[in-house]
Amino acid sequence: MHLHDVWFVLIAVLWTGYFFLEGFDFGVGVLTKLLARDRLEKRVLINTIGPVWDGNEVWLLTAGGATFAAFPEWYATLFSGFYLPLLVILVCLIVRGVAFEYRAKRPEDTWQRNWETAIFWTSLLPAFLWGVAFGNIVRGVKIDRNFEYVGNVWDLLNPYALLGGLVTLTLFTFHGTVFTALKTVGDIRERARKLALKVGLVTALLAVVFLVWTQIHGGDGASLVALVVAVAALVAALAANQIGREGWSFALSGVTIVAAVAMLFLTLFPDVMPSSLNAEWSLTVTNASSSPYTLKIMTWCAGIATPIVLLYQSWTYWVFRKRIGTQHIAAEAAH
Amino acid sequence: MEMALAPETLARWQFGITTVYHFLFVPLTISLAALTAGLQTAWVRTENEKYLRATKFWGKLFLINIAMGVVTGIVQEFQFGMNWSDYSRFVGDIFGAPLAFEALIAFFFESTFIGLWIFGWDKLPKKIHLACIWMVSIGTILSAYFILAANSWMQHPVGYRINEAKGRAELTDFWQVLTQNTALAQAFHTLTASFLTGGAFMVGIAAFHLFRKKDIRVMKTSLRLGLVTVVVAGLLTAVSGDTLGKVMFKQQPMKMAAAEALWDGQDAAPFSIFAYGDVSKGHNSVELSIPGILSFLANDDFSSYVPGINDTNKAEQAKYGPGDYRPIIPVTFWAFRWMIGFGMASFAIGLLGLWLTRKKFLLPQHLRVGEDEVPRLVLFRNKALSPKLSKLYWLVAIWTLGFPLIANSWGWIFTEMGRQPWVVYGVLETRHAVSPGVSQGEILTSMIVFTALYAVLAVIEVKLLVKYIKAGPPELTEADLNPPTKIGGDSRDADKPMAFSY
Repeated sequence: MHLHDVWFVLIAVLWTGYFFLEGFDFGVGVLTKLLARDRLEKRVLINTIGPVWDGNEVWLLTAGGATFAAFPEWYATLFSGFYLPLLVILVCLIVRGVAFEYRAKRPEDTWQRNWETAIFWTSLLPAFLWGVAFGNIVRGVKIDRNFEYVGNVWDLLNPYALLGGLVTLTLFTFHGTVFTALKTVGDIRERARKLALKVGLVTALLAVVFLVWTQIHGGDGASLVALVVAVAALVAALAANQIGREGWSFALSGVTIVAAVAMLFLTLFPDVMPSSLNAEWSLTVTNASSSPYTLKIMTWCAGIATPIVLLYQSWTYWVFRKRIGTQHIAAEAAH
Repeated sequence: MEMALAPETLARWQFGITTVYHFLFVPLTISLAALTAGLQTAWVRTENEKYLRATKFWGKLFLINIAMGVVTGIVQEFQFGMNWSDYSRFVGDIFGAPLAFEALIAFFFESTFIGLWIFGWDKLPKKIHLACIWMVSIGTILSAYFILAANSWMQHPVGYRINEAKGRAELTDFWQVLTQNTALAQAFHTLTASFLTGGAFMVGIAAFHLFRKKDIRVMKTSLRLGLVTVVVAGLLTAVSGDTLGKVMFKQQPMKMAAAEALWDGQDAAPFSIFAYGDVSKGHNSVELSIPGILSFLANDDFSSYVPGINDTNKAEQAKYGPGDYRPIIPVTFWAFRWMIGFGMASFAIGLLGLWLTRKKFLLPQHLRVGEDEVPRLVLFRNKALSPKLSKLYWLVAIWTLGFPLIANSWGWIFTEMGRQPWVVYGVLETRHAVSPGVSQGEILTSMIVFTALYAVLAVIEVKLLVKYIKAGPPELTEADLNPPTKIGGDSRDADKPMAFSY
């Protein structure tokens, strides 16, 4: 196995980690409008992800940095090609981060309401747009012989990619709903479980269509296995939710994300960004990658750092393992 | 109009705006993390409540800043791909590695432990909670180091070769990229300047409270801590600046000649205090300078030869082919002066403050009305002057709080503009680095969006800072004084409100 193949896998792992982790905090962001009945419940929802969302987001920055280092051509084509959608995502991530940190810094009702509205939209839009981006990567876009993207922004808004966007949006929302059921107590927990069923069914419907479409378009045996695992895990997550096994339900919705992302990357390999104009102009793991020396250094770094990161991030989840409810919001904060 | 809106010009403006804006928050974050950690350590060791109140106060201001630092940092990583795709293709093999290292080693660390610190007051035992803020501090410093190593490679490329077949630069020695003298000098200079920034911030805000005679005990401690930080960091900033300058005279003679508006090379070159140059004619019409000083700064020798702008331009033309290799001289010249001027002024005010607040110059304890009275500075026998003098010093400290921030911004403008027309010195010109596939409209859109967003966020941030600065250090609660003994919080507190929640 070549190092550039290893790095293809590692980048898939980083994106998987990102979607698994930030997936549920995007979902919780969407739930602030979908599930929370009042201000107090919104606060409970935001607090379930308070200690961890920032660490989750670093998975994206690492995926970006690793792509830059391991596949510079891919990084250059992708980020300059998907310019405007990326701009929207960046604006959302900026506003979202500030919203979490600044919302409670002033007591005024309008101040807090505005930031809460911001949290909803800036969670919803990236959750949708990442799916659109990956839909386009897998489907192939207009790349010329110099590896430059020559399409325009409307080319990116094709039915397959838009469906991909709806899949990530609903899947992340489902993932966030079962996370909420796992992390809260009281009335909100019960309602989260009821909502999980509805969101889960919509997700299943959209995901099956999208994944089967992907399989027909460019799948092989391995991607078929991933597809089956993704769908089976989604069904099992719904079942676990119905019988009240919240931990299992969350783990299984995570497996759905892992398998679905794995399927996309399996379909992609050995391309990293296929050209829809000419197969010879596609970016592949070989023509887009860095030199073996750089990849070797990066492999050492990732090999040592990743287990440590996983260790202390897991510890964070353990420290904040207690469920929270409306009774945990201080009276003076409950305006 | 054509040129003004050329994609290259817009991309450069965008890079300048986003980077300078991002760098308003970075130095404050780096220094306030460490200073807050220091104060919290003092609390854990002495159990003196003033340290805990100080920790909470400065910690809050630190959090408001780091939130902005983090979100504006995201843009930095992505804009290389968005606006500078040919740069990314050409140098990704080298430049990407430190960025990836930063994310994997520093950024994960920083962001995970900051979550633990913010929400961990009632979930972690005292010492583990203290360790978290130290982890954050280490993370911020490591983060700065990797980024500066990447930037130093653009100033002085080492450890690479050009792969003609692939049309790109490839890494041959990563250790050299991380440890070359440019990277070490730049990291040293940036980190010391960061502490100067945080120190002056602390001094200014503490002076504001002392001026208003509020929270005196906490603020006296903060004032002294800030002053010591300013003086120590200020001295080290000057030393590191001199070191970095000497490195640059050797590696980027054009940048330093431009910094001095030294048109023609000469022996015993003067340090110019003021110059008005005419770029087209290649000489200064008006000039005020001290002979020999520039030679000393460059080579530790008052009579040594320093090459000028015209000689260097000719040398570079001979080496790299026809072209104009001069940066915009007035920008470089003045940026260099503003950087040094504002930095030095801040150091001088800190030094004066440290001298003035020595025990000898304070109104003695037995002459004061109460323990919470602001100590007055008594420089002369004439005691009537002392309140006026104290007030004057507090006012100066408040109004000069942002001087290092100005110095930092000009420092970066100097570093980056002085390297032009190169993006990687001697290797890749800026005009060959922009994204060929990105339209003028797209870059213009993103520039307007980011600038407008940053302007709105600046207003929000300043208002929040002012609110929390005015509010002063919080009163302590039962929960603050009785931290949990178990990780995850004590079970007896299961239904208690959280000590910190969004």
